[in-house]
Amino acid sequence: MRARIHITLKDGVLDPQGKAVGQALAALGFAGLGEVRQGKVIDIDLAETDSGRARESLEAMCERLLANTVIEDYEITLAE
Amino acid sequence: MRAAVIVFPGSNCDRDTAVAIEAAAGRAPAMVWHEDAELPAVDLIAIPGGFAYGDYLRSGAMAAHSPVMRAVAARARAGTAVLGICNGFQVLTEAGLLPGVLMRNAGLRFICRDVALRVERADTVFTRRYAPGAALTLPVAHNDGNYVADRATIDRLEGEGLVAFRYRDNPNGSAASIAGIFDPTRRILGMMPHPERAAEAVLGGTDGRALFESLAESLA
Repeated sequence: MRARIHITLKDGVLDPQGKAVGQALAALGFAGLGEVRQGKVIDIDLAETDSGRARESLEAMCERLLANTVIEDYEITLAE
Repeated sequence: MRAAVIVFPGSNCDRDTAVAIEAAAGRAPAMVWHEDAELPAVDLIAIPGGFAYGDYLRSGAMAAHSPVMRAVAARARAGTAVLGICNGFQVLTEAGLLPGVLMRNAGLRFICRDVALRVERADTVFTRRYAPGAALTLPVAHNDGNYVADRATIDRLEGEGLVAFRYRDNPNGSAASIAGIFDPTRRILGMMPHPERAAEAVLGGTDGRALFESLAESLA
C-alpha cells in the first residue's frame, strides 16, 4: 500500500518561503495571485494491507517525526 | 563540573564548545557520539551547534530521535543541566524538552554576525555570572532561528520568567525577540546565539565566557 502525506503550515503561521515564491511569481508576470504557501509531500510504501491499521501507523509517524504539530498540519491519503 | 558534549553527524561547534567548557571547568568534557545510548555521569550535557543530519526534514528533527537523546531526556528529567546552542536549541525543541520551534528566518537569509542581547535572568545556573539586564554581544549563525510558539506558550514563557536572552534588535523574526529560553526548572537552556564563539578575546569577544563560568561555579 502506498501513502501520500501532505504537510502544510498551520493557518496563521507566517510562511516566508511561500511569500518569497509568491513575489517571484508576480515578478515573472503572473497576475492575480493571492497567498502562496509552501509545504512538503512525503510518499511512503507500506507492507500493511489493512487501510485502518496503515492510517493508524501513519498518524503515529506524523505525530512523532514527520510533522511538527506546533506549526504544521498533516493530511494522509492512502492509495491502493 | 563534569560535562558531556553530544556529537551528531553534522555537528560543527562541538569542539569549540568543549574548549569553552574546559577553559571554565578545568576539565575536558566527554565527547559522546549520537549512537551511544548511555551517558557518563555528568553535571552538564551540551548539545552543540551545527547541522545535525544535514537538517533533513526540519532542523533538529532527526537528531531529536537519535539513541543518545533518550538518555539526554532521562537525565534532563532527573535534573541534569542541559545546554542547547543553536542547532542544539533546535534539537531540544524537536525533542520536546523545550516548547516552540525554530522556523526559517523571517528574512529568508542565513544570518552570520554579532548581535546585541539582553540577559533576562541572572539567577540561574547558566547566567549567575551575568548582571541582571546585562547587554551582551554574541555571534549568531543560523538559517532557522525564528522562534515560534502559540500565544499561550509565549504568555507562559513571559509570565513564568522563562525567557533567558532577548535580541535587542530582532534579526530573525523571533516572537517577543526571544533568543533563548529555559524549561520551567531553569535547568535546561536553549539559545540561538553562540557563547562558545565569544569565550576568548582572540575569538573577537568574551561575552560568552560567563555562561560557562556560571555553569562551572554552579555545578562544581
